[in-house]
Amino acid sequence: MEKSEYKQMVDKYTPKEPRLRNAVIAFLIGGLMGMLGNFLIDIYSYYFDLSSKDASVFMIITLVFLGCFLTCLGFFDKCVGFAKCGLIVPITGFAHAMMSAALEYRKEGLVTGIGANMFKLAGSVIIFGVVSAYFFGLLRILVVGA
Amino acid sequence: MIYLNSFIFCGLVCLIGQIILDNTKLTPGHITTIFVVVGAFLDVFNIYDKFVLWAGGGALVPITSFGHLLIHGAMDTVNNFGVMGLFMGMFDLTSSGIVAAIVFSFILSLIFEPKD
Repeated sequence: MEKSEYKQMVDKYTPKEPRLRNAVIAFLIGGLMGMLGNFLIDIYSYYFDLSSKDASVFMIITLVFLGCFLTCLGFFDKCVGFAKCGLIVPITGFAHAMMSAALEYRKEGLVTGIGANMFKLAGSVIIFGVVSAYFFGLLRILVVGA
Repeated sequence: MIYLNSFIFCGLVCLIGQIILDNTKLTPGHITTIFVVVGAFLDVFNIYDKFVLWAGGGALVPITSFGHLLIHGAMDTVNNFGVMGLFMGMFDLTSSGIVAAIVFSFILSLIFEPKD
């Protein structure tokens, strides 16, 4: 069989992703996550008497904890399978990536397993974030002046 | 009103991510990485600050705010120490998220079994 024919057959029989449905679900779930973040900021700044900047730090910690804890319960994987980018793009996706790497490699030991592999999935975010922030920071010093 | 804005902003960011995920061969790892770089880029000209003012928490929840906070932390020390400040303060504002993620995932991975 020719290679192009084979490719056509594969294309024909791969299940089609329901793109519109995925997009709508990602929009709704992502929007709800944003509202939850704003709600937490309001709650923390009201009850703990914090400025909204400090309250946003508390909010990020809360969302990271939620992401980690729900991943441990096995509940978050199902949610990610359903909502996809609605939960991957918010900070919960970062927590989920680290938590699942830690869980996956824990049987290889504390140092060689968890310690060496925790950043396996989430490390690229930090590395590219820092490198790009360094160069964009230089650019900003040159253009705007800090 | 700010709740509606945060819903729209965070939803739109996730929508863009989902469209990229469905129509290209990029993995979720690529998408989060791209978004961090985009967030850092938008902060060069203070654009992301306007989003934060407009959408409140909705602009701080997506991973783009990670890049935004990296640059903001660096800029605070740049004001005091010049170019060398870029090396000193980059994690000042993001440390909370990173430390929380490391500590929680370490402790919880000791407690829980992987569910598969």
